[in-house]
Amino acid sequence: MDLFRRLFTAALVAGVLSGTAASVVQQVTTVPLILEAEKYEVVTPPPVAAAPVMVGPVAQAAMAALAPAPSDHAHHQAAAPVREIGEGVPTTAEEAFQRLWTTVVANLLAGVGYALLIGGVMLLMGERVDARRGLLWGLGGFVAFSLAPAYGLPPELPGMAGADLEARQLWWFAAAICAAGGLLAVAFSRIPIILAGGVLLAALPHLVGAPHAESAAGVVPPELAARFVALSLGTAALFWAVLGSVCGMMMSRVVGSDDHGDDGF
Amino acid sequence: MMTSRSLRASAATSARTAVAAFAAMLLGSFLLYGVGFAQPQQIHDAAHDARHSFAFPCH
Repeated sequence: MDLFRRLFTAALVAGVLSGTAASVVQQVTTVPLILEAEKYEVVTPPPVAAAPVMVGPVAQAAMAALAPAPSDHAHHQAAAPVREIGEGVPTTAEEAFQRLWTTVVANLLAGVGYALLIGGVMLLMGERVDARRGLLWGLGGFVAFSLAPAYGLPPELPGMAGADLEARQLWWFAAAICAAGGLLAVAFSRIPIILAGGVLLAALPHLVGAPHAESAAGVVPPELAARFVALSLGTAALFWAVLGSVCGMMMSRVVGSDDHGDDGF
Repeated sequence: MMTSRSLRASAATSARTAVAAFAAMLLGSFLLYGVGFAQPQQIHDAAHDARHSFAFPCH
């Protein structure tokens, strides 16, 4: 229990610092793009309401002429999309503040969550860590939890087309866990079969392939989406660098002092 | 030479380490599930911008 408390303390410090750093950077990088993208969120009119209302013989002839082509795709293109400002876009200062603080809390919880995960694995592996080695762990966390999932499912803005949410969540999870397992195998094993297995494990979700939308029918301008991907990954890299190095430093000071002594590298 | 007592002691130490590590990982996974994956509307709305920024699938 005491060990858990010390581990939790280390993860709390690392998570709060990295979550705070991410929050500050997000507010000037990814969040403005999310708000911008929400302006493009589209509500298409329901099919019945979108159908042209026509009466009389001329209209009937016109309807007959249109009749051969009412495939879903053609219909979807025919219905003029109605652009609406996303519901979440804050309109008052109070709403904006609420959106800010819930995002900060979510970032802090994500930081503490990831730090608990990394700290737990650090402890299990039993290798001595410090801030420098922690930075390597952070790099590993970035590759496993940001880069590997993004390789199949690029960071997405609101309003982008995507496959079924549960399928994407499942694939995201599989890509992250497989990449983490593969990285740990490559980092800590010297046995060739395990090294090969690690590489194969990390590649497996990508060989299966990530679920994507059937057609690229998103409404967000591609320039916005491209900037978001770069900024999101860059912010994640900063987050993981802070998380890893602080976690490494805290683990050596708070958790590892009993078992490993203070001999430095 | 390792006595049976010190063997037991080191086994107990590694068991304690494993329990603490797994407890931390479990709690961490729970937090990440809440921030990144849970679907209830209020949790989704609160974590919305963080989910997009961290590249979790959101919508």
